[in-house]
Amino acid sequence: MIAEKRISLARIEKINADSIDDSLKAGAYNGLKKALTMNPEEMIEKFEKSGLRGRGGAGFPTGLKQKFTRSSCLDCEKYIICNADEGEPGTFKDRVIMERDPHMLIEGMIIAAYVIGASRGFIYIRGEYQRSIEVLQKAIEDSNKNGFLGENVLGSGFNFNLELRLGAGSYLCGEELTLLESLEGKRGYPRIKPPFPAQKGLWESPTLINNVETFSHLPAILNEGLDWYTSLGTEESKGTKIFTITGRVQKPGFYEMEMGCTLRELLFDIAGGMKDGYEFKGALLGGAAGTFVDESFLDIPLAYETLKARGATLGSGAILVLDQETDMPSLLHNLMDFFKHESCGKCVPCRVGTTMLTEMAAKLKNEPELIHKMTKEAHYMAETSLCPLGQSPILPLKSYREYYS
Amino acid sequence: MKYEAGLQKDRAEKKSLIIEHLHSLQDANPKQFLSEDDLKKCAKEFNLTMAEVYGIASYYSMFSLKPRGKYIIRLCKSSVCHMMGAENMASKIESLCKTKFGNTSANDLFTLEYAECLGQCEKAPAMMINKNVHGSLNPESLEKIIENLKKENA
Ligand SMILES: Cc1cc2nc3c(=O)[nH]c(=O)nc-3n(C[C@H](O)[C@H](O)[C@H](O)COP(=O)(O)O)c2cc1C
Ligand code: SF4
Ligand code: FES
Repeated sequence: MIAEKRISLARIEKINADSIDDSLKAGAYNGLKKALTMNPEEMIEKFEKSGLRGRGGAGFPTGLKQKFTRSSCLDCEKYIICNADEGEPGTFKDRVIMERDPHMLIEGMIIAAYVIGASRGFIYIRGEYQRSIEVLQKAIEDSNKNGFLGENVLGSGFNFNLELRLGAGSYLCGEELTLLESLEGKRGYPRIKPPFPAQKGLWESPTLINNVETFSHLPAILNEGLDWYTSLGTEESKGTKIFTITGRVQKPGFYEMEMGCTLRELLFDIAGGMKDGYEFKGALLGGAAGTFVDESFLDIPLAYETLKARGATLGSGAILVLDQETDMPSLLHNLMDFFKHESCGKCVPCRVGTTMLTEMAAKLKNEPELIHKMTKEAHYMAETSLCPLGQSPILPLKSYREYYS
Repeated sequence: MKYEAGLQKDRAEKKSLIIEHLHSLQDANPKQFLSEDDLKKCAKEFNLTMAEVYGIASYYSMFSLKPRGKYIIRLCKSSVCHMMGAENMASKIESLCKTKFGNTSANDLFTLEYAECLGQCEKAPAMMINKNVHGSLNPESLEKIIENLKKENA
């Protein structure tokens, strides 16, 4: 039977998150020690070869992003930012890493900073994550005291300062360009791409932005080596992924699995199956900006390429399990209402479109054929909206139309 | 020229602390909101116009521009909590706190707000009361939590 495979969460059962000594005994900062003896370019090559892709939702190759940011200028100031805004409904994996093993994240960030040549970093964390904020504050302090952060990291001559910055309740601020605006102390209005953060990010300097879970893979890749890492997962989806599984299942929660496990394995072998009296009907993969799937997906490997081939996404790894009692039109209405609430209103297609979609979704139960009009409207939005939020409603809508209408 | 660029950079870097500053002003305000006075203080601290500060404060959902009660109840209404019965919890909370969502109870004890996903979905339906998380809510647990708060303040 299949079991969990933990990289990001490898230490959580063994340590007290508030104790750096615990973490050190369990191997924290060994990856950093290795990194400091290596050549940054070689390391980037290693991260490229590892096949690691961003765990924040878009799945962009991590090593490539490091390479772009490093090569965008040689001697100028560069920054590194951890996206800890975690706002995608159904997602709470980053919180688990931050609350239970903050040094895994910090170590990953120091390695990435060394690799791209950044001397300052920020963790942009959502304001609601009180416990994570407290744990991280203490961990940053302890890491400074132990010489892993600050001037002359472990005597290597490399300087790196890390600070926390709080959000204040906005899903859109998790989008990387909007995050930059918010971090600069402005309203969370998106920036136009390009330029990408790797060229012009924080305060117009090259900036590397990665998700919490992405950073937390870097130490293990250095410690355990490429062969080990690339032996995990599928052809195009290497390593592990934390899935957060919710709905009427026996054991809702977070599970770190080798990429390519199936929904059937995850749901029935790991999460204990459905609650008594409930039958599996399908799932919403990846949160609000995700896709609906039906029973035919139970045996499809959970990996970027296999899901993409069937028009679905892995997204942040959120899996909301649907059962025979789930009121589907009401759930879809809830998702549309979410987008309406989080739309910043800067551009017309999204501001008007999300309102229209919410109104139509409210009538969907009695007028099921409205789904076609909604999908059309969402297509139009996807083509004309300024930022990815306005391009998102099409994802759940199209897949809903395919499987649930 | 060089020192001017430096000054501008310092100013820009300082501005990245504005959300932190607004959080701390709001936390220090006994009515848990950003008063006109708070906004003025912030404008002065960061050398910004009131309009700019207002623009920032009004954008973020954790900031309130009207006075709130001692306990701010933020009930998650996003997809997982919605599916797991958040709406029933909402009406139970309204009847226990004797006020409606979007409002503060007459005794200034409870302010009811909706929130989007709080990242506590394995314990859906979930809510926060000030900085504490409460999950796996049901009518009984809600009653216990809220009645306790009432008792503490009787
Ligand atoms: C509306 C919206 C919200 C997002 N929220 C988050 C988030 O909360 N956390 C996150 O890591 N990425 C989020 N992203 C993705 C980021 O824009 C970005 O792709 C990610 O931080 C890159 O990191 P990665 O390459 O390590 O995944 C969001 C994207 C959009 C469009
Ligand atoms: S697409 Fe929506 S969220 Fe993005 S800029 Fe336009 S209105 Fe704002
Ligand atoms: S959906 Fe309610 S806490 Fe995530």
